[in-house]
Amino acid sequence: MAAAEKQAVTGAGPFNGLLTWIDQRFPLMETWRSHLSEYYAPKNFNFWYYFGSLALFVLVIQIVTGIFLTMNYKPDAAQAFASVEYIMREVPWGWWIRYMHSTGASFFFICVYLHMFRAMLYGSYRGPRELLWIFGMLIFLCLMAEAFFGYLLPWGQMSYWGAQVIVNLFDAIPVIGPDLAIWIRGDFVVSDATLNRFFAYHVIAVPLALLALVVAHLLALHEVGSSNPDGVEIKNVKDPKTGRPLDGIPFHPYYTVKDTFGVVVFLIVFSMVVFFAPDAGGYFLEHNNFIPADPLKTPAHIAPVWYFTPYYSILRATTDEFVLWVLAPGVVAFALLLIGSMKKSAARIAVGVIAIALLAGLLSLDAKVWGVVLMGTSVMIFFFLPWLDRSPVRSIRYKGPITKTALTLFVIAFFVLGYLGTESVSEGRTLAAQVGTAVYFLFFFLMPWYSKMDKCLPEPERVTSR
Amino acid sequence: MKALAVFLALAAQLAFAEEPVRLDSAPIDPRDVASLQSGARSFVNYCLNCHSAGMMRYHKLLDLGLTEQQIKENLLFTTDKIGDLMNVAMTRKDAKEWLGTAPPDLSVVARARGPDWLYTYMRSFYRDPESATGWNNMVFERVAMPHVLWTLSGQQAQEERKFKNIEQAEAIGRQQKNAWKIDVLTPDQAGKDGERFILKTIRTETAGSLSQIDYDIMVRDLVNFMTWMSEPNQITRKQVGYVVMLVLLVLLVLTYLLYKEFWKDVH
Repeated sequence: MAAAEKQAVTGAGPFNGLLTWIDQRFPLMETWRSHLSEYYAPKNFNFWYYFGSLALFVLVIQIVTGIFLTMNYKPDAAQAFASVEYIMREVPWGWWIRYMHSTGASFFFICVYLHMFRAMLYGSYRGPRELLWIFGMLIFLCLMAEAFFGYLLPWGQMSYWGAQVIVNLFDAIPVIGPDLAIWIRGDFVVSDATLNRFFAYHVIAVPLALLALVVAHLLALHEVGSSNPDGVEIKNVKDPKTGRPLDGIPFHPYYTVKDTFGVVVFLIVFSMVVFFAPDAGGYFLEHNNFIPADPLKTPAHIAPVWYFTPYYSILRATTDEFVLWVLAPGVVAFALLLIGSMKKSAARIAVGVIAIALLAGLLSLDAKVWGVVLMGTSVMIFFFLPWLDRSPVRSIRYKGPITKTALTLFVIAFFVLGYLGTESVSEGRTLAAQVGTAVYFLFFFLMPWYSKMDKCLPEPERVTSR
Repeated sequence: MKALAVFLALAAQLAFAEEPVRLDSAPIDPRDVASLQSGARSFVNYCLNCHSAGMMRYHKLLDLGLTEQQIKENLLFTTDKIGDLMNVAMTRKDAKEWLGTAPPDLSVVARARGPDWLYTYMRSFYRDPESATGWNNMVFERVAMPHVLWTLSGQQAQEERKFKNIEQAEAIGRQQKNAWKIDVLTPDQAGKDGERFILKTIRTETAGSLSQIDYDIMVRDLVNFMTWMSEPNQITRKQVGYVVMLVLLVLLVLTYLLYKEFWKDVH
């Protein structure tokens, strides 16, 4: 029997006996060692490496506060708005729980965006970490769904009309669109039926998927090991005696204490918002969402919460002119570029056929269909980063000037699109959003070429301390 | 897709619509208990006949330093129980028939509109013979609400002055004590004289029972109360916030020292 072969647990003082008892029936010490005390992480993690553990911390905040909110919230179109105010006014400490949850939603996105940007800076998605990146992207998609469903629940004007606009996007899908939109809503307009099902998705369906994916993300991370700001593998240089990476340190206690410090810094910033500016000037809690949902009054200005605005900008930027003068020539140019750099004639023909089909679609279907397609693509394209990046090095520290410029332009475009998405449209703003959209997609679509031709510096043998 | 199309059309219109009214900054202070009490009295007397504040309990007024006795004697008109919500007797159906639209609940209106909007709105009514109630408002064109406080504020009229350049119009506008706005005409609409900028201001025609200064103070108190009512826990929230920050700062030092202690042998 395995139980008899295992050694007794030592070093836990009065708990040695109990832990030994558990360990003989459950892989307690093995799990502890492989994921914490003997999981070796590179010793040169910098500022950007805090946001993974912080995202996990926010997830815990959201789940715990969410449980307490569910105890008093009523998913009923006639009572939802008032029940949120009931929580804010009459439930002891209800305002605190609610503000932590609403602020937590925004901070979840802040942490995840910074976490993703870290991966883009240091090439963390490069092989063998592709699956780790894909799990991360699936978490991001779940997070977006979770935020979208949750935003309907307060049943304010922005909740209602934001959901109305987004669900209506499915209307644009040819043939099945209208029926699909009705199926999602459970009604012809957003209504009590929609609120009920969104509540179910928000409190159980999506969180279950989210938790499972977080576990998969961590297991994949611990299988391939953490990358680092230099983008070199610490596994390549091991101590010949112990077999431990020379540049690695055990996650526990080194990174547990460091991340605990990170959590306190995070809580200080988080609490500043929760206690002193819970609306964050209308960005975290929109002013119009303090008006109860009214299906008969469309607000003049519907804007999603800030974390969705870059994609919303891309949707709005896709006008008839943009399709005709930018997208169509873009497809032709990109097809020529692909054909020029391909060697097999079968692949060349395939690209040509796809390009012609796309072109026919661009010129015949409505621009709003392509707006929805572009918005979807702007999120999904992140999945392909491991294969788009062909640079000989991983980290931005050793990448060349073209990659650095491209990443800088991408970040600027992301912020500009994000800002424009919060504003109402005007001619000038639409033009700016179109430029931003072009930059956003060029960053990804041209990456296989510019990442390859860029003049990179040689990577060091071992991690550097800076 | 229709909602998006409607939205795009509306947003495009708005971008070229007339200039919004310049809002006055509301000089409110949620710690000024006397002002909040005075605002509560005005709210119960003037607003709570048509508008409800259905998420607010009379009981919560205890936080404003009033006693149960004082609330019962002076502020309870719609009910006799201090634990009741601030509801009104008028049904939505009646309201629609009488006023054309149901007056919105005011519990959280200050969070939707903002105190500056409310403060300017309550001081921007003017006589308009063309409207159903005989009143119109600079901040909210063709509003269904009549000027409930007119006996206090007196009656105002709107004045229009045309200017050739916007700087001149703005200079006069800034001297106004009440709301003002500038409508911009296209060169075609302006006619030959080229006066494209219409400055709209408010002038008092007959005085009310309060002077303009006293009326402004009364509105200030009312808006102060409504802002407090939109989040009655806001003072507690900040007080708890200071304590939490203090605890976190101590934790910051401790966790930083712990982190440095563990990491001193990592090079």
